Amino acid sequence: MPNTKRRRLVASAVAVTLGTTALAACGSSDDGDAQSGPVSLTYWTWTPGMDKVVDLWNKGPGKKDQITVTVKKQASGDTLVTKILTAHKAGKAPDLVQAEYQALPTLVSNDALADISGEVADAKGKFAEGVWQQTTLGTDAVYAVPQDIGPMMFYYREDLFKEYGLKVPTTWDEFADTARALKKKAPDKDLTTFSANDSGLFAGLAQQAGAKWWTTSGDKWKVGIDDAATQKVAKFWGDLVKEGAIDNQPMYTPAWNKALNTGKQIAWVSAVWAPGTLTTAAPDTKGKWAMAPLPQWSASENVTGSWGGSSTAVTTDSQHKEAAAKFAAWLNTDRDALNALAKESGIYPASTSAQLSGAFTTPPEYFSNQADFYTTAAEIAETTAPSAWGPNVNVAYTTFKDAFGAAAKNKSDFTAALKTMQDDTVADMKKQGFEVAE
Amino acid sequence: MTSTARRKSYGVKGAPYAFLLPATILFALFFALPIGYAIWLSFRKVQVSGLGLGSGARKEVWAGLENYTDALSDSELLNGALRVLGYGCIVVPVMLGLALLFALMLDSEKVRLAPFTRLAIFLPYAIPGVVAALLWGFLYLPDVSPFYFVLDKLGLPQPDLLDGGPLYLALSNIAVWGGTGFNMIVIYTSLQAIPAEVYEAAKLDGATPLQIALRIKIPMVAPSLVLTFFFSIIATLQVFNEPTTLKPLTNSVSTTWSPLMKVYRDAFGEGDIYAAAAQAVIIALATLVLSFGFLRAANRRNKQEAAR
Repeated sequence: MPNTKRRRLVASAVAVTLGTTALAACGSSDDGDAQSGPVSLTYWTWTPGMDKVVDLWNKGPGKKDQITVTVKKQASGDTLVTKILTAHKAGKAPDLVQAEYQALPTLVSNDALADISGEVADAKGKFAEGVWQQTTLGTDAVYAVPQDIGPMMFYYREDLFKEYGLKVPTTWDEFADTARALKKKAPDKDLTTFSANDSGLFAGLAQQAGAKWWTTSGDKWKVGIDDAATQKVAKFWGDLVKEGAIDNQPMYTPAWNKALNTGKQIAWVSAVWAPGTLTTAAPDTKGKWAMAPLPQWSASENVTGSWGGSSTAVTTDSQHKEAAAKFAAWLNTDRDALNALAKESGIYPASTSAQLSGAFTTPPEYFSNQADFYTTAAEIAETTAPSAWGPNVNVAYTTFKDAFGAAAKNKSDFTAALKTMQDDTVADMKKQGFEVAE
Repeated sequence: MTSTARRKSYGVKGAPYAFLLPATILFALFFALPIGYAIWLSFRKVQVSGLGLGSGARKEVWAGLENYTDALSDSELLNGALRVLGYGCIVVPVMLGLALLFALMLDSEKVRLAPFTRLAIFLPYAIPGVVAALLWGFLYLPDVSPFYFVLDKLGLPQPDLLDGGPLYLALSNIAVWGGTGFNMIVIYTSLQAIPAEVYEAAKLDGATPLQIALRIKIPMVAPSLVLTFFFSIIATLQVFNEPTTLKPLTNSVSTTWSPLMKVYRDAFGEGDIYAAAAQAVIIALATLVLSFGFLRAANRRNKQEAAR
């Protein structure tokens, strides 16, 4: 087995550098779940304030069970996946990791995540079905416990909508009309922008339209990035950019912050975590924004996509999988833990019972004008469409950034960019040896 | 007595090796080993079977030259190289030209406030590349830049510096701003090393300051010019910080804008360290050939001139 051989090579190289301590650590094997006695676990997470939440565990239930968790703060998202995979290759991944839902297939495909179905089966009832399904990848295994979710919503400047006589769009057709109406009344303003620098936004919009980017049939993957639903979404935004009804500059830039803060852009298609972003991006417009459900593709529908959200997973390298799974379940289902997560880290919990309790009984400070913010949010969260992630989401996401970035810049055909995204994703899967159905 | 002498000579004989040992070990561990590992990886690839889920579904296999043929036939890598070439055609001449000009001006007799000026020109070099790129990035963004504010108030045209051709100027400007000072110091130091008699003789012959600069100073600092050119070529081929920092600000910089950015994307964005390793080896070889090729050509010319 080449894998073992290489692992040994790395292990000996590390041992030469670090001496015998490293050797001893590498030498231990994967068993030993049923050990008793004190256990200490390492947890890689990017959630701010997680150390305070983990303190609750270490002083409470963890103390009783003699399980101590140490938080190692990480950079977010994509970079952490690479880091986990690299650590896993050396057989030294931490016990617990935070992972975005779309990264789970990649991690599972690299055999980095342990099946914890035996330990966390009880938790299933605490989550919406569509959320839980993301952690099972449609199998009998469970690879993670959901932590937070990002149901998508429509944010807009209530005062400016009134000033320009605009109605909150309930369908995407109305959304387009609203963009055009605003351009007519105030040519230097934009309803919003199409940004190509966060692939999660586009993925969420496609998900709402009913796209299933990765599905399996038998032993084969099917890639549906270029399916009818996604084409519809791509064409819709492409046309808006082309006719100049909305802006084409990326989000999260100083210019974007300024546009939101000065009312040059008066709406934002975002997710439940938007209040946090708006607080830093547009501090002067606090209390002037409002949140509404995402526009629909047809008036009779009521469905949303998700943008962001993550889970807590146990790695295959962990020596104490049972203890780690116990902590993961506590962190994401216990009332005190979830309250602390909301307070210290500002996350929106995946656990349905937590979505209306504790911190979520009052609106976020930025939206103090919208008393029912979290009641509405919980209702919207229930309508989240199921998602379908595959083993190379990272490739699809990077291709999206380049292809759609260029298309937005040139105001060219978005469906051609979508085709590039599909082709590159399939080519990468084939190169790796996945069976891909045509 | 004899035995002591023998032991002594024995020790002396071994001494060079003992002195070499730390350097050799460090070189092997932190230089040769990682490079060797990268080359090894570049001949490997991942082979997935079936759906690729679960344990044992993914293994590393021998790939032969596949990663290399893929990289060499990848138009994006070539385009990146061409973009960097265009960028280098602006950066290197402008940066070295300015560095030489500043060095000559500082070296002239009439200059005032020389230490202060020298420091002021050198200072940008002390600013980390990422910080410099961020700083300039903010100045390039029309909505937040004070330059655009002034242009707007004066009713002058406001070019989009983060798109098309101007993007190359914008990126080059960051490199020139940061790199001129360092190159100026290198050239200036070698100007200072020219003996005063040479100037005296020139003056006695009636040479003007301009003639002294063109006929004496520049030829005499030619070795430093070669050196700075050599460094600049390497820095240009490895450009990464500036475009990576500007990337989030504009749609015009793709994740594969420069060859090194593509290596980074393949390794850390797409998780294909094998392809990235092959590309890194190719870039390293190209850099080696280009920079040492230039050095050899320059040396040969020097020798010819010396022979004349």
